Amino acid sequence: MFDYLAKRLATIVPTLIFVSMLIFGLQQLLPGDPAHVLAGEEQDPTVIAYLRTKLHLDEPLPVRYGYWVGGVLKGDLGESIRSQQPVLALVEEKLPVTLELAVMAMIIALVIGIPAGVVSSVGRGRWWDYAANGFALWGLSTPNFWLGILMILLFSVELGWLPASGYVSPFEDLRANLAAMIMPAFVLGNAIAAVLMRHTRSAMLQVLSADYVRTARAKGLSVPVVVIKHALRNALTPIITLGALEFGTLLSGAVLTEQVFTIPGFGKLIVDSVFNRDYSVVQGVVLVTATTYILLNLFADLASFVVNPRLRK
Amino acid sequence: MTFARFFRLLLPCLLLPAVLHAQTLRIGLAEDPDVLDPSLARSFVGRIVFASLCDKLFDIDEKLAIVPQLATSYEWAADGKSLTIKLRSDVVFHDGEKFDGAAVKYNIERHKNLPGSNRRGELAPVSGVDVIDATTVRFNLSSPFSPLLAQLADRAGMMVSPKAAQAEGDKFGTKPVCSGPFRFVERVAQDRMVFERFAQYWNKDAIHFDKVIYTPIVDATVRLANLKAGQLDFIERVAASDVGKLEAEKKFKVAHITEIGYQGITINLAKSELAQKNPLGRDARVREAFELALDRQGLVQVVMDNEATVGNQWVSPTNPYYVKGIPVPKRDIARAKALLKEAGVPNPSFTLVTPTTSEAQRLALVVQAMTREAGFDVKIQSTEFATSLNMADQGQYEAYVLAWSGRADPDGNLFSFYGCKQPLNYPGYCSLETDALLAQSRSARDPVERKKIFEQIAARVLKERGIVYLYHRNWLWAYNPKLTGVRSLPDGLLRVSGLRFAS
Amino acid sequence: MAAVLEAVPPKAPLQAGPWRRAGRRLKRRRGAIAGLVVVLLFIAIAVFAPWLAPYDPIETSWSAIRKAPDAAHWFGTDDIGRDVLSRVLWGTRASLLAGVVSVSISLLLGIPIGLAAGFLGGFVDGLISRIVDAFLACPFLILAIALAAFLGPSLTNAMIAIGVSATPIFVRLTRAQVIDIKVEDYIEAARAVGNSPWRVAFRHVLPNIAAPLIVQSTLAIAAAVIAEASLSFLGLGQQPPSPSWGSMLNTAKDFIDSAPWMAIWPGLSIFLLVLSFNLLGDGLRDALDPRQR
Repeated sequence: MFDYLAKRLATIVPTLIFVSMLIFGLQQLLPGDPAHVLAGEEQDPTVIAYLRTKLHLDEPLPVRYGYWVGGVLKGDLGESIRSQQPVLALVEEKLPVTLELAVMAMIIALVIGIPAGVVSSVGRGRWWDYAANGFALWGLSTPNFWLGILMILLFSVELGWLPASGYVSPFEDLRANLAAMIMPAFVLGNAIAAVLMRHTRSAMLQVLSADYVRTARAKGLSVPVVVIKHALRNALTPIITLGALEFGTLLSGAVLTEQVFTIPGFGKLIVDSVFNRDYSVVQGVVLVTATTYILLNLFADLASFVVNPRLRK
Repeated sequence: MTFARFFRLLLPCLLLPAVLHAQTLRIGLAEDPDVLDPSLARSFVGRIVFASLCDKLFDIDEKLAIVPQLATSYEWAADGKSLTIKLRSDVVFHDGEKFDGAAVKYNIERHKNLPGSNRRGELAPVSGVDVIDATTVRFNLSSPFSPLLAQLADRAGMMVSPKAAQAEGDKFGTKPVCSGPFRFVERVAQDRMVFERFAQYWNKDAIHFDKVIYTPIVDATVRLANLKAGQLDFIERVAASDVGKLEAEKKFKVAHITEIGYQGITINLAKSELAQKNPLGRDARVREAFELALDRQGLVQVVMDNEATVGNQWVSPTNPYYVKGIPVPKRDIARAKALLKEAGVPNPSFTLVTPTTSEAQRLALVVQAMTREAGFDVKIQSTEFATSLNMADQGQYEAYVLAWSGRADPDGNLFSFYGCKQPLNYPGYCSLETDALLAQSRSARDPVERKKIFEQIAARVLKERGIVYLYHRNWLWAYNPKLTGVRSLPDGLLRVSGLRFAS
Repeated sequence: MAAVLEAVPPKAPLQAGPWRRAGRRLKRRRGAIAGLVVVLLFIAIAVFAPWLAPYDPIETSWSAIRKAPDAAHWFGTDDIGRDVLSRVLWGTRASLLAGVVSVSISLLLGIPIGLAAGFLGGFVDGLISRIVDAFLACPFLILAIALAAFLGPSLTNAMIAIGVSATPIFVRLTRAQVIDIKVEDYIEAARAVGNSPWRVAFRHVLPNIAAPLIVQSTLAIAAAVIAEASLSFLGLGQQPPSPSWGSMLNTAKDFIDSAPWMAIWPGLSIFLLVLSFNLLGDGLRDALDPRQR
């Protein structure tokens, strides 16, 4: 097992290097001079020149990359040109928010997806198969920003049950926090629920299509609960792996959902920073999320390794 | 426990939330402001926040007249090369430091010298500040500059605590210390900015809130939803299409304020060789035909839901400096076609660079449809804001939909745009005579004299049509009807002095 | 987009005639058939839009701004007086194109790279895998936004951006499939006979790994349609005046209260199209998976 761990850790380093190069390249190669964007309405040439020097914009790309990586290795992710806050501080502020959203979305996805998958696999061909299928697929088929706006109009403006926006820290006021997060978490969790449903269903079906089960059903007997539980346990192993994989989707989906619900997490920060050419912020935030994602995947692989001895070849 | 006693105990508990609630003012902004440092600040939305945080030497009123704030009075020298300002003596900064002449000198020098300061250009003619005594300063100018007062009624006149500024340097914006009615408490990027009442504010009787919280919500629909759901008391930049329904429902008050800026189309006259390659940039007759093909009232109706005023100059028709001799032209397709025929290009084609905002996109589409009738083939090129700025700066465009937020003094809408080689002169217009007139308009102090000079400038630049002014948008605010004291100032910035919840 | 990244499906069968059996299985899944029918319907709409649409989709009308649905305009009109029904019908082209072209780009780029990684192994495989991991570690939408911003806002560039951002998924899938079957006897036989690696790849390997790729492509088209809508929502997709459902939603979001029909119809269309592709993809997976009846 330590062999495996060591091998996996060895692959993380080059991956992270590629991630840093990818996101750095994507940002710095964007058209439009950030000095102009950040110089505001007045476009004072002195300010523009000053910003160009400060951001090393006149130096070649590899040199700028060097500056950035050097800073990162020292723990300095740079600072937001727009608001002057250190990127690390922004990350510390916003990571918990997006994480909370991701975790809540994951829970909702599990609560919807797994039972739907079970129901669908057991009642194959019957109406509740289609119903469960339909409900889970609905989440995957609707653009989450559109769903978000519709939900705000229904639940906040029309019914007044939930706040339209306004994140409150759970340490300050748990109820208000949950009230503000439930809609965006639902919107995000919906899509993942469909994926989980599919997995649960196919894993369940593998067990349920075994000969003895088919015989029982052919005889008209209903499938005993113990068999369902056994199938479910079979399905849970890949769920761990899938969970880690979906974290990336959650971050991606969070981008627009946070925008619509005004949740001050990473997603909103990244989008605004791309449009404002606030390079350091995008680079820093993506590096952090990519690292988290990679580590989560590693953790998930190790977990399934431990859980399922058959994977140890 | 008797019922009466129970009730007496309960009543204050019921009132308490109402009392607590009434003391916080929650404002929804359309964007997240940039850095809260008056010298480095560069966004319109930041100025809304500054209205609570930082007092200025002067302010403007509803008629754009200069009124005192931290200053009490001013006096120009006869030759116009110095301005003596008398200051209030009872003003204290949020950190307890006294506001005096030395503080003013420090601030002006900071505005001029801090690296990256955006106020440098605004205070360019100020060569220095002399401290006469604790309540008197004298601005020395290298040449007479009448827009100075208007500059001092905006960010260039904002005064920060010298002690805090020296301690924080260019990080001042993360913990600003000013002398306004509210002091900075905290800022969570893209989430909220919290300010609390400053007990020693010189005008504390006009302040009726204990806290002000600014929340940026970019999506106009969501911002309005927050107001309707009761989570905000005031929002700015309501979508024009929502106003009708809002006013019909009568649950919230709506303010319509004509802006001091404008929306227009900038045309590349000479910024790069690209201008000469295109008939629009090459031939003034084609530009005139373009303007004649537009129905400005139709534009206002379709694009802005009638929440704008048609215009054809850099100030709106209601502004005292508007040149009445050059009124808004009426649409004339026949004459437009005739001009195009005369110019030898019956079907001119050009690309209109359009920002991706909803209003700009609609505007471009309507302009495309309107001018098609005269034979124009307008190609719309949607461009992200950052990229479009670059293109304009390098003259890599033929026409560009560009708005300007406006400044109190007409010079702020004029000089940077038509002066040779000025940063915002995207058309590339350059004329020595116009430059001379612009300089004159800055030296003259008598409004009547300035008006005559502006008339001459108008006659020269408007016929070149480097900028085709289309309309002046309305600032649209919506707020809780219990909020009284809302002043409709044309700069679109909410003043918190005098605001209160009616009981 | 990573939502469609599934655990690798089981190996494709080696017997002849799997397609016919798959087809029979597919016919029995009603959901998949429904999905197929709707997809074909949308394709028909896209092809016949010029004849089906009652109005010119870019024709503006100052007098008919934001009119609610009525007899003259079944779906109402938009913010500059264009008929929403006509725009929805024409917009089918953009959305279908966005889905199909993006995924085609992903396939064209992803399959060869995946084949190379799977076959060649060693350093090449290691390098490709690390790069793919790097791409997958960045949130898909961020990659797409950055690429689209880099290329400039237009439908074509949005398709390229989505296609490139989705390529790593197909690389990974292809590679996994290749690794699985390259040890099969018939592959080794083909190599032993002296066929070049490319010939082996295209003639022998590809047909046998087609099944999971087809399934993934169908699901990816669904995700690509949503991705185009998301990019358009941010102003980076189809540009005016051409209609696309995503850009219609982008405009409509400002008028959700005053003219909800502007958002309902394109949103519903996206939903139906994506749902159909998802159903079809699910059905195909069931049909092509030998372990399920």
